[in-house]
Amino acid sequence: MSTHAEPTGVEPDVVLRLTDVVKTFPGVRALDGVQLEVRAGEVHCLLGQNGAGKSTLIKVLSGVHRPDAGTVEWLGEPVQFANPQAAMKAGIATIYQELDLVNDLSVGENVFLGHEPRRFGFVRRGTIADRTRQILGSLGHEEIPARRMVHALEPAGKQVVSMARALSQEARLLIMDEPSAVLAHDEVENLFRIIRRLTAQGIAVIYISHRLEEIREIGDRVTVLKDGRTTAENLSAAGTPTSELVSRMTGRTIEYVFPPRPEEPPQTAELLKVTNLSRAGEFRDVSLSVAAGEIVGIAGLVGSGRSELLETIYGARRSDTGTVELGGRKLRAGSVGAAVRAGMGMAPEERKSQALLLGEPIYRNMTLATFSGLARLGFTNAGRERAEADRIAGSLDLRPLDVRRAVGTLSGGNQQKVVVGRWLLGDTRLLLLDEPTRGVDVGARAELYRVIRRLASEGVGVLLVSSEVPEVLGLADRVLVMREGRVVREAPSHEIDEDTVLDLVMSGSLMEGTPA
Amino acid sequence: MTLSEGTGLPAQSPPVEPAKTGHAPANGGQKRSWAGESGESVARNLVLVGVLVALIVIGAVTQPELYSDSTWVWNNIVSILQLASVVGVVTVGMTFVIIGGGIDLSVGAIVALAGVWCTTLATQSYGTVGMIFTALVVGVAVGLVNGVLISYGRLVPFIATLAMLVSARGLAAAISGKQTQISSNSFINSLASDRVLGVPLLVYILAVVAVAGWVLLNRTTFGRRTVAVGGNPEAARLAGIDVKLHTMLLYGLSGLCCGIAAIMLTSQATSAQAAMGNLYELDAIAAAIIGGTLLSGGRGTIVGSILGVLIFATITNLFAINGLSTEAQNMVKGGIIVAAVLVQQFRFKSLTRFFARNRATTAG
Ligand SMILES: Nc1ncnc2c1ncn2[C@@H]1O[C@H](COP(=O)(O)OP(=O)(O)OP(=O)(O)O)[C@@H](O)[C@H]1O
Ligand SMILES: [Mg+2]
Repeated sequence: MSTHAEPTGVEPDVVLRLTDVVKTFPGVRALDGVQLEVRAGEVHCLLGQNGAGKSTLIKVLSGVHRPDAGTVEWLGEPVQFANPQAAMKAGIATIYQELDLVNDLSVGENVFLGHEPRRFGFVRRGTIADRTRQILGSLGHEEIPARRMVHALEPAGKQVVSMARALSQEARLLIMDEPSAVLAHDEVENLFRIIRRLTAQGIAVIYISHRLEEIREIGDRVTVLKDGRTTAENLSAAGTPTSELVSRMTGRTIEYVFPPRPEEPPQTAELLKVTNLSRAGEFRDVSLSVAAGEIVGIAGLVGSGRSELLETIYGARRSDTGTVELGGRKLRAGSVGAAVRAGMGMAPEERKSQALLLGEPIYRNMTLATFSGLARLGFTNAGRERAEADRIAGSLDLRPLDVRRAVGTLSGGNQQKVVVGRWLLGDTRLLLLDEPTRGVDVGARAELYRVIRRLASEGVGVLLVSSEVPEVLGLADRVLVMREGRVVREAPSHEIDEDTVLDLVMSGSLMEGTPA
Repeated sequence: MTLSEGTGLPAQSPPVEPAKTGHAPANGGQKRSWAGESGESVARNLVLVGVLVALIVIGAVTQPELYSDSTWVWNNIVSILQLASVVGVVTVGMTFVIIGGGIDLSVGAIVALAGVWCTTLATQSYGTVGMIFTALVVGVAVGLVNGVLISYGRLVPFIATLAMLVSARGLAAAISGKQTQISSNSFINSLASDRVLGVPLLVYILAVVAVAGWVLLNRTTFGRRTVAVGGNPEAARLAGIDVKLHTMLLYGLSGLCCGIAAIMLTSQATSAQAAMGNLYELDAIAAAIIGGTLLSGGRGTIVGSILGVLIFATITNLFAINGLSTEAQNMVKGGIIVAAVLVQQFRFKSLTRFFARNRATTAG
């Protein structure tokens, strides 16, 4: 339990105060008068819909952007950070929403990037490795080798490195922009343990997440943003009712519900059949099937081989043994082209590195898999592409709704909608979704669930991977639980509950050891 | 990799928004206008037009007597265009390769090989069609060899095409026996000498290639794939695009442009030899970069590349009419390349914002 700000008579020291901060981008007022007050030793949560301005706000704090108007007071002094290094020096460390590691450097080099310990101008590699090991150890991740290249790590591992980097310098304020989005259940607990230790030392934390349960568990106070404005300041994280938080965020009430399942599960033909699929070190002897119109969910820890399985079914990785059949036809192993032609689509786990062309317009990103089909005689049809993209963008509540905008200017959650949206147009028969709602806010999430359910009712098969057990249980008709590369349980989703899934998933993780 | 803008890593790096562009931290997430491709490249190209005009003004100021003679001015413009035409065609192909995330160092050597091959006595005996066909096929074939080595042999483009540079020129020397081969084909020779409306045919060839390149890049699925493959190969692959096949075709396309350029160059000299097209790779790469093509792939325009070629041709011409040495000229060119990259890095944000704002207000 975190300590809640009890009135103790003494005003706790305010380390950071923002008054009327404004930041505009071409055509957008991302911040339009933000107030924020953060005290030493508290966990201050920022809530807001996708595109509300949370990430922009923290980029203003960390010196990436400069505010157009308003004041930032840090430790009682008005400040303007010229660049991220200046903010870092002043004691503000940031973990950004989009992983910002250099893939071709080692873990240690990333942790100390920009403030490498030196002697006579030479970087002291030994020191880097030692201190990195120390920090990783204090984060409970001594298994990550300090000299391993970052590109060889899983997303969760990268998140840990990002965190280690933020902790590698003395900070008085630690900002975390959706740190839990790529973490599995037990990892989040670990994260909270670290946060509690930091706040006990008087370090302030700004925490951003779309998961209200997390905010209730770790947060002390909450500030809510809507359309770049502060709509509520310093609410109690534990005491404020959910309905109030949601209505401050969205201006309306959202029942956070999953769309109803069809009464009779569709007993239609088998669409996807995977038999004894294996890949050395990733997963072994996986057999599963998905019927047309069925949503099958895979639960499991990060590192249990779920994403690898999905990518192998899709042909993005070549299986060692086993077969994948779609609609009765065997697919060539290791060929994405064959899978796509047969009617598969996959929304990958990492939007930035695996899915998006950040400089290209939204509509071209949405139609990246379908533009050939919309073209005539090899000539692209931009008008139709825009119309199709508009349709999907509307149904997913994309903000701002202008499909000609470069996708890189969208907020994280809105980029995610583009990634999933790509496969909602065109005539995909089987949809593979890897963490489809990562970073998507509660309202848009419900929209996304509805769209997925509607596709299923039209006969599309869906295979869903998610770290959020309630999502798997709420959306899927049938659930597979994976642990250490094997399917350990399969059940209709109404016959299994969250605790059972978590028990199944965790029991393996007690045996320490990382699957290769 | 090498010359991409902003290779300087931010010390404590913030989220580098368009991953491919790897900019410095101060501009965080805002190096793209919301207007997307159009706003930014229009601004960029307008600046290039400005540079071109400035160069012409410098010419007029330094040589007022020459510029007072309107026939001389016309002839000078024509000679600049003629100078630009051959490299221009090569640059169009190069632009595609670079946008697709590669680089082709062998273009000059392919021009030489295609030129020599199409002017052997044996080939010339098949007449105009035979010669043109030979040049194009040789160009495409060598380009495809590059492509196969890079796509399927997984060689780094830099190394594969460097090796091709050496061997293609070697083969050209072997075929020609290090002799200059005279072209006795009157049609081919006429491409450089004949004019329509006072403009040499070579310039029309460049115009056709440039327009075709523009259409291919901006209006076809091939162009769309090129941007995707160069911008984010993994995303392209996972979207079902055959990245290897497409990469191979890009080098084939570059080879095709080299084949066309070989005919043009042969026509200009009415002969071919193994040393022709020397250092074209540098001119073409430099022109593409100045034109705003990102060396790391995923972004570039044909219009920009053509403007880049014209700027270089105008500089060469400027030095020639002022009787300055080629050494000085090369130094200036080097400086211009650096300046162009720097300018792109620092200036376009504000210009782009200006354009975007105008669009935003006009759009309501
Ligand atoms: N570089 C940029 N150029 C133009 N617009 C931008 C840029 N960065 C952000 N924006 C816009 O500013 C607004 C706020 O974005 P921001 O990333 O702060 O949202 P967020 O609250 O973090 O959302 P999410 O929950 O999805 O991460 C959005 O409308 C976004 O499109
Ligand atoms: Mg964000």
